[in-house]
Amino acid sequence: MNLISPVLETHNLNIYYGDFRAVTDVNIQIPRHKITAIIGPSGCGKSTLLRAFNRMNELVPNTHIEGEIIFEGQNLYGRDIDPVEVRYRIGMVFQKPNPFPKSIYENVAWAARIHGYRGNLDELVESSLTKAALWDEVKDILKQSALSLSGGQQQRLCIARAIAVQPEVILMDEPASALDPIATLKIEELMQSLKKDYTIVIVTHNMQQAARASDYTSMMMLAENTRSGTVIEFEETNTLFTRPKDKRTEDYVTGRFG
Amino acid sequence: MRKSFETEIQQLKDELVVLGNLVEQQLLGAVEAFRTRDIAASKKIIEIDEDVNSKRYHIEEQVLITIATQQPMARDLRLLASILEIAGELERMGDYAKGIAKINIRMGDEELLTPLVNIPIMAKKCVSMLDRAVIAFVNENIDEANVLPTLDDEIDNLYNLVYTNLMGMIGNDEKTIQRANWILWVAHNLERVADRVTNICERTIFTVTGELKEIRSSDQ
Repeated sequence: MNLISPVLETHNLNIYYGDFRAVTDVNIQIPRHKITAIIGPSGCGKSTLLRAFNRMNELVPNTHIEGEIIFEGQNLYGRDIDPVEVRYRIGMVFQKPNPFPKSIYENVAWAARIHGYRGNLDELVESSLTKAALWDEVKDILKQSALSLSGGQQQRLCIARAIAVQPEVILMDEPASALDPIATLKIEELMQSLKKDYTIVIVTHNMQQAARASDYTSMMMLAENTRSGTVIEFEETNTLFTRPKDKRTEDYVTGRFG
Repeated sequence: MRKSFETEIQQLKDELVVLGNLVEQQLLGAVEAFRTRDIAASKKIIEIDEDVNSKRYHIEEQVLITIATQQPMARDLRLLASILEIAGELERMGDYAKGIAKINIRMGDEELLTPLVNIPIMAKKCVSMLDRAVIAFVNENIDEANVLPTLDDEIDNLYNLVYTNLMGMIGNDEKTIQRANWILWVAHNLERVADRVTNICERTIFTVTGELKEIRSSDQ
């Protein structure tokens, strides 16, 4: 696949934890305003790759990359690039909902305020919560602790918090794996409405979720005779789950892997 | 891995073979009853059709349950979609057999315009193609699936022979035209069966390769 203007693009990307190479030679392009799923067996480097997209891996000591990640034409790991700035423009939503122990309002307003947002905070909170499909449920309880919300609501609050700083990309690491099926479907529907404004990359263990919710799917697997993960197939989701090209993808999606 | 799923798939394939065999018996029986003008036998053929239908519905139901419970992907999904399609094709072939039986019943006391020579040969060839096509599907044998549609030409040639012979016999007599027409209908039904065998072969190729394409026999 060769996109005209991908948001993110990796060139021979290798990611190391100390001497250990966790991800090997990844060359992919993340399409703009689409949902890209990363699937693959446990330990194949899905989350490591995802976290490289907003330099989150650097929070782990001795992590480094080789190759490059290009974000909107710029080298994401360039000398003059501030990783904190990167994390605003490329937000992350985690597996376990992690709201701050503050009010619902503050959870959304906080990051924007730190980031020097000069607009009307009330409006920002409302629009972010609306985009995250949570406004109607919380508009009368904005001063309540975020921890009083259900798991599914907390996760949508975390999405609202990510949106509030107006990112271009939202990374999601197993965003629904701790949620029940109804809350899961809400997150998936939310992703569909968010892709109008944002590019979404999601790591999921749930193949059905990747099939249901994504436009493109990146299949990762350990490279032959190594403990290092790589992308073996990157395709439109409809194709990857009905007519995969790689035998290993076929085995994985049909449950015959291993 | 996925042992119970594999078992379900195998059962579905077995049921498809059973349905195929039933339709083969139905087709051969319908033509034989027509050849010998045996009305009672034709009525039995019509009764068998209910069995064919219920077997088809059962396969459909099992496929839907398997899709819902196992959430198959890729080749498994293509296989199940193909089983649905082929069960439908087999049922339609059963309808052709039933059609032949109905013609025999409708003819009443009327004698055949001419003794059947080519039609029983057509029936045998059709049934042999059908049998091979179903087996090729369950064995996922694309070489066989590619070869079988070329045999359709033989069926078409036999059909043309039947047609030409009948045309040579009919004059202006309305009764004779009707009697020729009955035989032509029977031949036509068999010709349609052979066309549908090609559809089964297309599904075999789709299941294995993921490619959906129409196979054309050499005369087209």
